Amino acid sequence: MSTDTDVTLVPFDDVLAAYDPALGLEVHVELNTNTKMFCGCPAVFGGDPNTQVCPTCLGLPGAMPVVNGKAVESAIRIGLALNCEIAEWCRFARKNYFYPDMPKNFQTSQYDEPIAFDGWMDVSIPGDDGEVETFRVEIERAHMEEDTGKSLHVGGATGRIHGADYSLVDYNRAGIPLIEIVTKPIVGAGEKAPLVAREYVKQLRDLIVALGVSEARMDQGNLRADVNLSLAPRGSDVLGTRTETKNVNSFRSVERAVRYEMGRHAAVLNAGDSILQETRHWHEDTGITTSGREKSDAEDYRYFPEPDLVPVAPSREWVEELRATLPENPTQKRARLQAEWGYTDLEMRDVVAAGAVEPIEATVAAGTTPQAARKWWLAELARRANDAGVELTEVGVTPQQVADVQALVEAGTINDKLARQVFDGLIAGEGTAAEIVEARGLAVVSDDGALGAAVDAAIEANPDVAAKIRDGKHAAAGALIGAVMKEMRGQADAARVRELILEKLA
Amino acid sequence: MSAPSTGGIRRTAAEMAAALADGSTTSVELTQAHLDRIAEVDGAVHAFLHVDPEGALAAAARSDERRAEGATASALDGVPIAVKDVLATEGLPTTCGSRILEGWIPPYDATVVARIKAAGLPILGKTNMDEFAMGSSTEHSAYGPTHNPWDLDRIPGGSGGGSAAAVAAFEAPLALGTDTGGSIRQPGAVTGTVGVKPTYGAVSRYGLVALANSLDQVGPVTRTVLDAALLQELVGGHDPRDSTSVDQPVGGLVEAARRGADGDMSGVRVGVITELAGDGWQPGVMARFRESLDLLVDAGAEVVEVSCPHFVHALAAYYLILPAEASSNLAKFDAMRYGLRVLPEGIDSPSAEEVMRATRDAGFGDEVKRRIILGTYALSSGYYDAYYGQAGKVRTLIARDFDAAFEDVDVLASPTAPTTAFRLGEKLDDPLAMYLNDLATIPANLAGVPGISVPSGLADEDQLPAGFQILAPALADERCYRVGAALETLLEKKWGGPILDRAPGLEGAAR
Repeated sequence: MSTDTDVTLVPFDDVLAAYDPALGLEVHVELNTNTKMFCGCPAVFGGDPNTQVCPTCLGLPGAMPVVNGKAVESAIRIGLALNCEIAEWCRFARKNYFYPDMPKNFQTSQYDEPIAFDGWMDVSIPGDDGEVETFRVEIERAHMEEDTGKSLHVGGATGRIHGADYSLVDYNRAGIPLIEIVTKPIVGAGEKAPLVAREYVKQLRDLIVALGVSEARMDQGNLRADVNLSLAPRGSDVLGTRTETKNVNSFRSVERAVRYEMGRHAAVLNAGDSILQETRHWHEDTGITTSGREKSDAEDYRYFPEPDLVPVAPSREWVEELRATLPENPTQKRARLQAEWGYTDLEMRDVVAAGAVEPIEATVAAGTTPQAARKWWLAELARRANDAGVELTEVGVTPQQVADVQALVEAGTINDKLARQVFDGLIAGEGTAAEIVEARGLAVVSDDGALGAAVDAAIEANPDVAAKIRDGKHAAAGALIGAVMKEMRGQADAARVRELILEKLA
Repeated sequence: MSAPSTGGIRRTAAEMAAALADGSTTSVELTQAHLDRIAEVDGAVHAFLHVDPEGALAAAARSDERRAEGATASALDGVPIAVKDVLATEGLPTTCGSRILEGWIPPYDATVVARIKAAGLPILGKTNMDEFAMGSSTEHSAYGPTHNPWDLDRIPGGSGGGSAAAVAAFEAPLALGTDTGGSIRQPGAVTGTVGVKPTYGAVSRYGLVALANSLDQVGPVTRTVLDAALLQELVGGHDPRDSTSVDQPVGGLVEAARRGADGDMSGVRVGVITELAGDGWQPGVMARFRESLDLLVDAGAEVVEVSCPHFVHALAAYYLILPAEASSNLAKFDAMRYGLRVLPEGIDSPSAEEVMRATRDAGFGDEVKRRIILGTYALSSGYYDAYYGQAGKVRTLIARDFDAAFEDVDVLASPTAPTTAFRLGEKLDDPLAMYLNDLATIPANLAGVPGISVPSGLADEDQLPAGFQILAPALADERCYRVGAALETLLEKKWGGPILDRAPGLEGAAR
């Protein structure tokens, strides 16, 4: 074991002065197919341990795999979205190694014949001056494989198998379809390397979500990133020895892990030592990596074609049909929508961060202005989602309902303050916006008779203010409007109240 | 000729089916008669690893009820059957002849087992085999060898010696076997029974505990060609659980067997494979082979010599492909989920790896370990191209030899095995000599084509049965049945009855 917790990192700028970083990212995406990769078991997250299993995914003697056609379709769509070539003919292979959470002690994967290969993804990198740069990440391959079971090591301090009293294995996850997306070495990113790594994973996740092929939640392990990093002396065109940091489970951690490994590699190299090619574990709490198993030439997976499966040979017609189903690239789509909606960069960033792009898009499509849609989703509904600890799309209000509420505001039936009560009613399931306005008696009062009486009372109660207004200081009207609104319990049309005040004090 | 035994167990399966149909017997009677025979002789033969009287009789009773109500589930409804212990049977132990699976009871049925159950065939029990089907003598069973009913001191062939011996000893009229390099056909040859390896993919492998997935095939073990055709038609056909199963029907087998039984071979071209006969083959085996060819010629067949030049490399390619696939298949036996678990001695709190190592060391026999080591080596980085890769190329060349040969002839022929049954223990310490038993049967597995072994008579020097192998193009299984049935008819005329009538009766043979 190396004493890696004691390492003194080389400062980031010093790393860059002496070395060029090279990145390689391996992202595993768990597909959201109904069934597993090679059997009919439900591919669901959670469930009581070992309830979503059958002879095939348990690897019982005699059981055989059958390829999930929907998973192949998802793999091809991911490949196409990453501008890859789609293999005309490819096979599955066995990756042989022993581990208790691997039911067959081999993983059915793809080796030298991936379903998709030779692609690229343009990653948008925010620059210091607010300009957005594009960095092209070359994709080596995207291949299909099955997930393993999940080990739970009980006892011991680390939660790892070493030192545990005993281990439990849940095979519900075994056989869930995975797509592994591997980049070619990413060179030339320099100081942007940590950012490129983060934005690549983030924008890849957006793409996966847009494709609808995975829940792609990093916190639930639907999307897992392994970060490879190496340093080479600055200006040389060779690649250094790499380390692979496993299961980095947030976008921010991807960036931090790259920075950390850059500093650590430089420290090792500066000391005249060489980097050990190995797997490392990322520690979210302390922000460091530690040595995992050594990955040397001794590890030989003895790949060979899976003899229980026939080759996958997607017809060109099918591939073209699938190409036609591809959604707009999320990064390009955002640029288009920002221009159409007239949002500033800052506004758009907030909208993206709140997960409000699609809700706003749908609300605008239902007839609301982009500014009004943004106001409701960001100011009102994002707060409610945040309070309830749910995603914005799960807050209980649909884009059509937001559009309905805004239409009532624009018609003068309600004001913004009353609109919030309509949202309360919508979330409580009390009916349509119009029905809630009716049932809760929320319509603003624009009857001049009732308003006139309230205005007269306010003028009488505030003679000083009234005098200022008579003198032409119309800004003072606010105080009287406030008094009238209070009297009317908010259900007054503020604009009409102002008109009445100014008429009476003209 | 021996006197007919009680309960009609010496009848063919087709005759038993006819007796059930005309009401002259019941499935319960028939099943009980076979259970009695097993009780009588299996102590000496040891064809079975597990006998299931309760399950078999219950299935037989259901069959009889069905028939009483005027219904039948299949042509063989009520005819009992034995199943090689490499096929998963729900609720019945399935050991594959290995210690490592001792006590394992599968929670599911292999597709072929589900099909024979649905067809109403009572399952008598599970038959002995070389451990994980690795061997040609059944001596590599962890539970002791099976003895050849013709001579209890001799091997019954392997790996499916249990199924062949059970059928030869009239312990079962039918059995299921599996054939990876000859494990159905070679035991058939040395026990005087019929064994068929269907076209690769013609019968589902789902639930067959794989030895070498690209070579394995389930097939019938019977006393007559017609019985084999009846059984293959029953268990064959597409299975969505087996991706390698062919999705077109491989049918017309029973019809072909009935047609062939008239003994007319006019217009049939038979190719004798030059590379699979001649020097080094037992004279008596060759004599019966030549004699059978003469009978076919007399019946109107045209016999020509055909060269398949790459067959000489078949054994070498086979012993790379098989161990490679097997080494990976057998990795799942690791004590983590089922089967044997052995804790290493002298280690207080063993790791998972240490338990795996100790279990595999104790649970696998020498032949299995030998092949795991060979296969692991053949797949290793740096050796893959030279071994597994090259073997794959040889396989392609062998398939091309078959393609070229079948342009000239309808079927190919050879002796099934180079010798008659050898003595128990004779080749146990010489793996290469053991491997040579499968010289003639292996090419069919490498190319995926069907093959049948039909008894060709008794060798003069030892009065033990020899086999005649007929090979046909992929999906043309019916040709094996037609020519096989014709030869059977012609030989019965020559010998005055089935070869098996000359086998010892074994009454009172219990040891």
